[in-house]
Amino acid sequence: MTAISPSKTRVAAISSPRQRIRVDLRAERRAGWAMVAPAVLLLAAFLIVPVILGFVLSFTNARLVSPEPIAFTGLDNFVRAFTADPTFVRSLLNTFCFAVVVVPVQAGFGLALALLVNQKIRGAVAFRVIFFIPVVTSIVVVSILWKFMYQPDGLVNSFINSITLGAWQGTAWLNNPSTALAAIIVLSIWQAVGFHMLIWLSGLQTIPGELYEAARIDGAGPWRQFRDVTWPCLRPTRVFVLITITIAALGLFVQIDVMTQGGPVDATSTLVYHAVRMGYHQQQIGYGSALSLVFFVLVLVIALVQRFLTRDKDSSHGRA
Amino acid sequence: MAVPDPVLRRRRRVWTYLVLVGLAVFFLFPLVFMIVSSLKPDGQILSDLGGWRAFLPLGDISLRNYAGVFDRVPVGRFLLNSVLVTVAIVGAGLVINSMAGFAISRLRWTGRGVVLSVVIATLIVPFETIAVPMVYWVSQLPTLVLQHGRVEYDFGWLDSYQVQIIPFIANGFSIFLFAQYFSTIPTAIDEAARIDGAGWLTIYRRIAVPLSGPAFATVAILTFLPAWNQYLWPSMVVQDENLRPVMVGLQYFFQDNTAWGEVMAYTSMITLPVLVVFLAFQRAFVSSVAASGVKG
Repeated sequence: MTAISPSKTRVAAISSPRQRIRVDLRAERRAGWAMVAPAVLLLAAFLIVPVILGFVLSFTNARLVSPEPIAFTGLDNFVRAFTADPTFVRSLLNTFCFAVVVVPVQAGFGLALALLVNQKIRGAVAFRVIFFIPVVTSIVVVSILWKFMYQPDGLVNSFINSITLGAWQGTAWLNNPSTALAAIIVLSIWQAVGFHMLIWLSGLQTIPGELYEAARIDGAGPWRQFRDVTWPCLRPTRVFVLITITIAALGLFVQIDVMTQGGPVDATSTLVYHAVRMGYHQQQIGYGSALSLVFFVLVLVIALVQRFLTRDKDSSHGRA
Repeated sequence: MAVPDPVLRRRRRVWTYLVLVGLAVFFLFPLVFMIVSSLKPDGQILSDLGGWRAFLPLGDISLRNYAGVFDRVPVGRFLLNSVLVTVAIVGAGLVINSMAGFAISRLRWTGRGVVLSVVIATLIVPFETIAVPMVYWVSQLPTLVLQHGRVEYDFGWLDSYQVQIIPFIANGFSIFLFAQYFSTIPTAIDEAARIDGAGWLTIYRRIAVPLSGPAFATVAILTFLPAWNQYLWPSMVVQDENLRPVMVGLQYFFQDNTAWGEVMAYTSMITLPVLVVFLAFQRAFVSSVAASGVKG
């Protein structure tokens, strides 16, 4: 208790109670700012400044190493992206295609897993842990592993070959433009579905057991219980899961960088991958920033949709 | 009223277990394959692919690939770099973000609302969107360097530890989680401590921190994984082999003829520590992730 004695003497030196309160408030204000300052400064320097910088650079021809001064070029970068950069347009389409498949499949698969491990059965926790293991495995490692398995003479083809008794030989999954993106979708779902299983699970566990009891007394079977109790009660979780998967799906990068580098013939190039390729590898910071801004606007729109959907919560609870 | 008869119920249970075991195999086989392959010579990895032998440590089993990894890359250095960066990010992050969370949730000061809204707004900025301008930005930042025993100015943070650590310390989501947790501690404790003459830092250190073990565990876990798994950022800003983390170190394995046995040994070496930590603390992991979803 020795540490607090200096302030004790200071408090004792102040005469009137009102004065003491004022000093107290001032101290509180100062302490508040002092304690929040390191985090605020760091967030400002490494999040807010880069966001603003990215926005500004989007309208310039900035390059990472360039003798020429940076020039303002208006909307040139955006015009170039949508009219003169077929790889970008393809990347945008690939990104949408990826999201359109991954969002419902991963969300649905995650929910199915959550329902399975939410039952009162022996070993449920162990299965929960197993399904979560890919999530803690680095996506870089996962990508390399699956790349190895997807090789023409790799595990996946050997497996297909042996279960079809040699009738179907498989393909070089990642080198074939028509299968590369699908192959990446499979491993992406495999890796992240455990995370969403847990989110669903925490949603499931907030549903009061009495609701199921009441439903059972009313003669509802498992399917009716799911449709009329579980599903409506999961509404907030549903919004959260769908939004996080969508944003993650739009940000697809590491798998591409490790497995295909956008190939073959741009079949797996994505928005973020293309932005990094142009902005970093080709050192066109301005253009790369513009592409990142397109991605950011997409994320922003989705975040606003989430706010809209979660705010709407109370009005649509009537179905249950 | 539907009372499922025992036979039906048992049959359903058997099916549930069959499905669960099938799924467990689906989620585990790539990792089992990785670890088993890391123990085999390249030739045998390929010849075993056709069947069950791919998942069983049979034949010419040894740690040769692991020794080979040490010959090929400075793996000890990579691991050290990753440990250092991860510990620094998690450690500094716990202190700085918890203090900010404390100030936001328990202290009255002007500007608090604005700061809180800005912190929450930062949550929607994915790192990928700022990566490109950020490279440009850190390449312009001033830095102090020790040269010939004198401290001097220099510009550019590329190729350093700080560029891998400092941008990732402050985290809006961590601040938010801390603020939420701290706000559940009764404020009467603060008042009592104030009357006893404690300063705010003392209240934070002696009262709020000791009462918030779960919040610290949650934030530690949620920041540990991305810090250990950093890939995009260090592959852009760290070219110096001596400063590279483990994930970027993987790039060294893909040359003319990939030695898959060594790749598998390396990926096992950088994955197994995380898996061990996960299995040891799986209960805390699970509740952390669950907590991260509650904010929806």
